[in-house]
Amino acid sequence: MNRLAVELPGLSLKNPIMPASGCFGFGKEYGNLYDLSELGAIMIKATTLKSRFGNPTPRVAETAAGMLNAIGLQNPGLDKVLAEELPRLEQYDVPIIANVAGSEVEDYVQVAEHISKARNVHALELNISCPNVKCGGIAFGTDPVLAGELTAAVKAVSSVPVYVKLSPNVADITVIAKAVEAAGADGITMINTLVGMRLDRKTGRPVIANKTGGLSGPAVKPVAIRMIYEVSRAVDIPIIGMGGVSDTGDVIDFLSAGASAVAVGTANFVNPFVCPEIIRELPAVLDELGVDHITELIGRSHAL
Amino acid sequence: MILQEQMTIQSIREVADRIYEMVLEGNLVNEISAPGQFVHIRVNDTYEPLLRRPISIASFDRDSGRMTLLFRAEGRGTGLLAQKAPGSAVNVLGPLGNGFSPDQSEPGSTALLIGGGIGVPPLYQLSKELTARGVHCIHVLGFQSASAVFYEKEFAALGETRIVTADGTAGEQGFVTDSLRRNPVDFSAYYTCGPTPMLQAIQAAYPDKQGFLSFEQRMGCGIGACFACVCKTQDSDTRPYVKVCSDGPVFPAGVVAI
Ligand SMILES: Cc1cc2nc3c(=O)[nH]c(=O)nc-3n(C[C@H](O)[C@H](O)[C@H](O)COP(=O)(O)OP(=O)(O)OC[C@H]3O[C@@H](n4cnc5c(N)ncnc54)[C@H](O)[C@@H]3O)c2cc1C
Ligand SMILES: Cc1cc2nc3c(=O)[nH]c(=O)nc-3n(C[C@H](O)[C@H](O)[C@H](O)COP(=O)(O)O)c2cc1C
Ligand code: FES
Repeated sequence: MNRLAVELPGLSLKNPIMPASGCFGFGKEYGNLYDLSELGAIMIKATTLKSRFGNPTPRVAETAAGMLNAIGLQNPGLDKVLAEELPRLEQYDVPIIANVAGSEVEDYVQVAEHISKARNVHALELNISCPNVKCGGIAFGTDPVLAGELTAAVKAVSSVPVYVKLSPNVADITVIAKAVEAAGADGITMINTLVGMRLDRKTGRPVIANKTGGLSGPAVKPVAIRMIYEVSRAVDIPIIGMGGVSDTGDVIDFLSAGASAVAVGTANFVNPFVCPEIIRELPAVLDELGVDHITELIGRSHAL
Repeated sequence: MILQEQMTIQSIREVADRIYEMVLEGNLVNEISAPGQFVHIRVNDTYEPLLRRPISIASFDRDSGRMTLLFRAEGRGTGLLAQKAPGSAVNVLGPLGNGFSPDQSEPGSTALLIGGGIGVPPLYQLSKELTARGVHCIHVLGFQSASAVFYEKEFAALGETRIVTADGTAGEQGFVTDSLRRNPVDFSAYYTCGPTPMLQAIQAAYPDKQGFLSFEQRMGCGIGACFACVCKTQDSDTRPYVKVCSDGPVFPAGVVAI
């Protein structure tokens, strides 16, 4: 018995650990460091219809136990991702979750329709929560009606299950979660980054050229845990949780909060081997907790 | 191959005001392929500071498995690094990036090496390799003031070395470009590392020369995955952007839009 295996819509995960979108590129660089087949899945960088250069630099700034980023969805565009990036990932035995972004419904629909037909794409992650682009992105993620409409439009064309990536920059995240569930979402991924700002002590001006950026890393973990706890009680579709995961202890916390699998973002920059290290350490942690199978941990926080 | 390794600190000493020389030993040294490559250092294993710090490899020696870094205790990360004790270990990811190619200069030719502040370190290994090839090196090194000058003797042992300080407390007064305008040198290729305005001035001063520039950008991953460190290019049709960490940090003159 594989004690780490998790079954989710479209995804037969050999373990519940995957790199988060935007923190792993299209896998090429990390593929030079270890065998990507060890991973449960890979969430690739956001793909848009046309290539995007992204925002001016500086694009990142360190903060207490975290970082801000305003990359601005830089990516080579749908055609290149289909022709080069996804085929290169076929050498690995690992399902790909394609992160889809756009500024209008039509962009999302076109990217989703084509990318969902790629052989190794087993699920889509609808990015309605990027705080770093002018239009689109977060505009869809903070309005339940728009979020629902977009989800339905993408569901209608996608050949694989659709997960919707939620923004934490809302007053009540369960409202958005219920809206996308009602619109047919197969799962939820959360959380994307929290909008923040860092000032230069000398000049007093924002460090990041875009002024604001998305906060990630260990600093956001308590927010992620709280929101996953709330959403997992509000909806019946599974959650892939993320936000500050850096070690096995964090993974246990996210599963306990109600996530069925866990993504690792910023921690890859700190330790590029963090995902395989967590995967290797998990069985011993299950032993310590006296648990046979990792799925037994899901939602422990809800027990009365 | 890129390694993540706990390297042992052989020695650490302050060589100028807040400028530290750190000698590290480990297998990673075997993987270094060119002067100008850098390493990404995790200064401690807590979440504060979280990100790694990019530092150039100032010199290395495969036989002893040692490499030397020169860094300024600038902010929190490099400040903590400066407090490390010999014998302790530090988590190093590298070698990263593409460095300078000494074989771009023919034996017998003259190379001009221009460094500014903490951009000086990678030029040291470069000069050692160029000199070993029989290339004649002229070094023009700019610093803020006399207290910030380091490795003057080391560079002087390899070739003519000019020190330039902004406040005139050591060597000539002004910027490196002022010095080169006042006293031009004859050379066939230039190699430079330092603050972007300096790189810009040098590239503009020698439009007809073969040149190689080493750039700095804020980094996340350091290996090419996160798109934090991109620069726009001059010829945006064929190649719209480059990543400093994995395509650079060294680029031929005319590639990066500055
Ligand atoms: C390729 C490369 C090679 C470098 N080589 C050297 C070297 O040999 N010696 C040396 O002293 N310095 C070098 N630097 C600059 C060095 O990385 C920064 O001085 C250092 O990161 C500052 O960290 P801190 O914790 O002291 O400052 P903080 O202000 O606490 O840093 C905050 C954040 O900003 C980043 N940051 C701040 N300044 C810079 C900068 N100039 N470039 C890139 N990121 C920065 C830090 O990495 C960190 O993520 C190099 C930079 C690059 C990109
Ligand atoms: C540099 C960087 C780039 C990111 N790019 C994307 C992206 O393209 N699409 C997306 O949905 N999320 C993106 N994210 C958000 C992460 O996938 C993740 O949701 C968030 O960082 C929280 O997880 P972490 O704390 O483990 O990093 C990015 C995050 C970072 C730090
Ligand atoms: S620092 Fe991540 S791509 Fe260069």
